[in-house]
Amino acid sequence: MPTYIALIYTADVDWTSPGYADENAKYLEFGQESAEVIRGGAALYPTSTATTVRVSGGKGGEVLLSDGPYAETKEALTGYYVLECDNLDEALRHAAKIPAAWNGVVEVRPTIPSLT
Amino acid sequence: MTDPKETLDELLRREGRLVLATLTRLTGDLTLAEDAVQDASISALETWPRAGIPPNPRAWLILAAKRRAIDLLRRERSRWVKEKDATMVAIQMAPDDFPPDVVRDDQLRLIFTCCHPALAQETQVALSLRVLCGLTVAEVARALLVSEQTMAKRLTRARSKIADAGIPYRVPDVEELPDRMAAVATTVYLLFTEGYASQSSGGYERRALADEAVRLGRLLVELMPGEPVLMGLLSTILIHHSRRDARLDAAGDIVLLADQDRSRWDRTMAMEGVDLAAAAIRRSADRPERFAVTAAIAACHALAEDAADTDWDAIVAWYDVLAQLDPNPIVRLNRAAARAQRGETQLALEDVETLDGLDDYFWFHATRAELLTRLGRTEEAAVAASRAKDLTESEAQQRLLQRRHLESS
Repeated sequence: MPTYIALIYTADVDWTSPGYADENAKYLEFGQESAEVIRGGAALYPTSTATTVRVSGGKGGEVLLSDGPYAETKEALTGYYVLECDNLDEALRHAAKIPAAWNGVVEVRPTIPSLT
Repeated sequence: MTDPKETLDELLRREGRLVLATLTRLTGDLTLAEDAVQDASISALETWPRAGIPPNPRAWLILAAKRRAIDLLRRERSRWVKEKDATMVAIQMAPDDFPPDVVRDDQLRLIFTCCHPALAQETQVALSLRVLCGLTVAEVARALLVSEQTMAKRLTRARSKIADAGIPYRVPDVEELPDRMAAVATTVYLLFTEGYASQSSGGYERRALADEAVRLGRLLVELMPGEPVLMGLLSTILIHHSRRDARLDAAGDIVLLADQDRSRWDRTMAMEGVDLAAAAIRRSADRPERFAVTAAIAACHALAEDAADTDWDAIVAWYDVLAQLDPNPIVRLNRAAARAQRGETQLALEDVETLDGLDDYFWFHATRAELLTRLGRTEEAAVAASRAKDLTESEAQQRLLQRRHLESS
């Protein structure tokens, strides 16, 4: 069955701060409601915890690290779900129930079966 | 006398569309189905003139396309072996002839796939022309004014998205159906307006867009009878299309509705539209469908002997309903134009002055120019007309402005 990733873009929030307890509860609720199709996922720490890795000059070259995400944008990747669904319609139906769909955006992408 | 070649082309185009819908279901792959049906049509064009048209052309085409699809699948290496075998078996097992209800469902599935909201609106229009109307890529490109190369790329991307993202070939569930049906109607309407806007300047393919939209509108009403949104869509495009011969004068200039020679309207088509409008409104009385309301407005015009005989009160009232369903400034601009026809020029102008977001819209400035002229405010009218002129590249629209200006001075 096809596998989709639902990428969650919201304000660059810290899900662990007490102010997000209610929001987290809504995500847990979604997790229970759509448990049938959810195959994985994670909530991410804010982009201030990110480290960008680049290697210059090809494989084995110099490792260049920089603090933070590669690009600053208003909405950041703050989590994702892996959904196994019959087709795009089913995936979109579940994605529309993720709280980020009304507090940000959810991008649904199909995964390539031969490369996973 | 009918040209036998043209009859054959027509037959192939009509049957080819149905066969493509069925092959898409059998193979689950639009690209493969398109290639197979195209090859089957080519071999029909080679065989039929010699051997005669077979008694069941559709079954002949399905058989030929199935064989071709299996050949193509055998050659394709990138597919998973298991998936490929299963598809080939399914194709082989399938009959060559299907009962009408299966053919009907196949068409519906393909319509909802081509007009899937996960595809960009312009992609839906292009894909519908290619897949549902059976135009060639070159014809679609000419109709939508892009290069053939660009169109080929756009269609390839669309087919890849359908296949890779898993856009299903299915008729949406009951709860999704109203939204999805409205999306299909919007796509067909866009296709119609593309053709309608370019009657004077466009090439043959562009003018034929309106006919294709009428054909699709009829098909939708036939496949999903009694749906007010689809009846309203067909009604709207039929009534607009019924005026095609009166919309332009001998020089190719735009003739405004009020000035059209109504004896040149296609009365049969217009009355078919009026009947559909009435039915669409009856069937959505509680909360009218957007297209049922646009149909009602078009019907008011179609029923009038001339501009003076028009029931402007009814038209303004329908625009009020429409503005509630669709808070779009263009709707309110049209409402103001209807008020002006009712003799309320000053009030109409006041309405127009309150509209936001239309500063780059030709008809906003053209309407202002017209209203200001009627009120004798010629200098302001000239400024508005000049702004309108800057906003259009259509020569017909520019000549229209010039003509109205000359008439007033």
